[in-house]
Amino acid sequence: MNAATLFGLCGAALVGFGLYGLVTNPEPLRKILAFNLLGSGVFLVFGLVSRRAAAAGLGGDPVPQAMVITAIVVAFAATAMAIALVLRLLQETGRSTLHVDNPGGTDTDRGNS
Amino acid sequence: MTILSVFDIGLVVLILGIGASTIAAREAFPAVIGYVVYGLLLAIAWVRLSAVDVALTEAAIGGGMTGMLLLGAVARLRFAEGNDVRTSLPTRLAAGVMCALIAAGLAIAILSPPDPIPTLAPMVMEHLAQSGLGNPVAGVLFVYRALDTLLEKVVLILALLGVWSLAPDSVWGGIPGLRVYARPGGTLTFLAQLLPPVGIVVAFYMCWVGAKEPGGAFQGGTVLAAMWLLVMIAGLKRIPSISQSWLRLLLVVGPVIFLAIGLAGMVLANAFLDYPAGYAKPLIVAVEVALTLSIGVALGMLASGPPERVRQP
Amino acid sequence: MNLGLDIFTVSAVSAGAFFFLAGTVGLLRFPDSLTRLHALTKVDNLGLGLVVLGLLPQANGLFGALKLVSIWLLVQMSGAIVTQLIAGAVRQRGPHG
Repeated sequence: MNAATLFGLCGAALVGFGLYGLVTNPEPLRKILAFNLLGSGVFLVFGLVSRRAAAAGLGGDPVPQAMVITAIVVAFAATAMAIALVLRLLQETGRSTLHVDNPGGTDTDRGNS
Repeated sequence: MTILSVFDIGLVVLILGIGASTIAAREAFPAVIGYVVYGLLLAIAWVRLSAVDVALTEAAIGGGMTGMLLLGAVARLRFAEGNDVRTSLPTRLAAGVMCALIAAGLAIAILSPPDPIPTLAPMVMEHLAQSGLGNPVAGVLFVYRALDTLLEKVVLILALLGVWSLAPDSVWGGIPGLRVYARPGGTLTFLAQLLPPVGIVVAFYMCWVGAKEPGGAFQGGTVLAAMWLLVMIAGLKRIPSISQSWLRLLLVVGPVIFLAIGLAGMVLANAFLDYPAGYAKPLIVAVEVALTLSIGVALGMLASGPPERVRQP
Repeated sequence: MNLGLDIFTVSAVSAGAFFFLAGTVGLLRFPDSLTRLHALTKVDNLGLGLVVLGLLPQANGLFGALKLVSIWLLVQMSGAIVTQLIAGAVRQRGPHG
């Protein structure tokens, strides 16, 4: 097993961690963190694919590397949007979680004022 | 067991440990700090995987910009009331088993590579010299898959529009609510006066050198955004309101120039986003510079958040 | 000549790594925010400085060496500023704020 496979397995483990955090942690901010962890695990698997396909005098296949660069930027854009949503939720309801105490309509719905 | 493999094993152990502590931490603040450190360790892992461009992007965007967003969110959410409903133990056990199975399946897929290993590297290098570029990743980003890069820039603008649209109706067109720590003569002001000139040079250097060596528009744009954010947070320049025309112009200049060159390619060369022979490198460099500006402005505005107050007339 | 330069690199980088280790031990063992900041500045200054000094013979050309030194200067500046800011916050809120 060479270094690249080790990092690929690390990526697989990170996918497991991230998915566990995404499912079990009730706060939206922690879910966003876990989503980022999950994403970076997937990127590491891509990194393994790139390194394994090294040929033509290069250290790695550049096509998966370009895909990972694109993916990092897109993941950041999604994270920024998600955090803006969480902060807006905080502004509207004053709470940081999605659970409501009284299901069946909240009376804090002031509309898009 | 060479020294390098000991280093790799140590790095992987550190990465997994910090990743686990980010998930398992009780408070949000240590989790976010752990995530920033995790991003920087991942950058080292990318260098070990011979992907230096990706390492630069991960350190800049994954570690730096995402960390800044998360820290700002944690600071605001500190006084929010969440109901601390922890998921029940059976749910957590079931989720743990499922995630372990998924990770194991992924590991099995990793450990059984296809034979022979498919690779696109020879095809990339075959025509790279024609475009005048020396960096194969830049070649993939701007020559072979230029459409992906154009759409990625559009995705950034769409995300920014999404963030802006979360503002209440009454403050639409106003100033984003970035926390400003303006103390004239303070240490932060000193940093904001000293670092941005260096940072701007580094940003354009990274964009320029990306044609030959690791670097590129995204990495340079992120450093540019960081310098702009530093200047705004220290109170040295006012945060622009989102209805300013220069802001909107700078945001779209990158994708518009990219799109224009692509459409011109339909006339002057063979297809959309095809470059006329011999002019590829100057066109690509022009696109990269415009893209660096746009990405810097877009990332800076993404990190500032939606508008929160209206400028006093 | 090459062997001498390599020996210099290894010894300087090892000395720098020793300061990194000392600073990390300080970070983990010191009782107070201010004392931990004091330990960390040694890492920035001496540790990174020795590592950069050791890598100078291996740099490619004058520009590579200048880039290494400028990295050290930038890390020193950011480290010093951040230390000042944290120390100011600690003074406002008390050592465990």
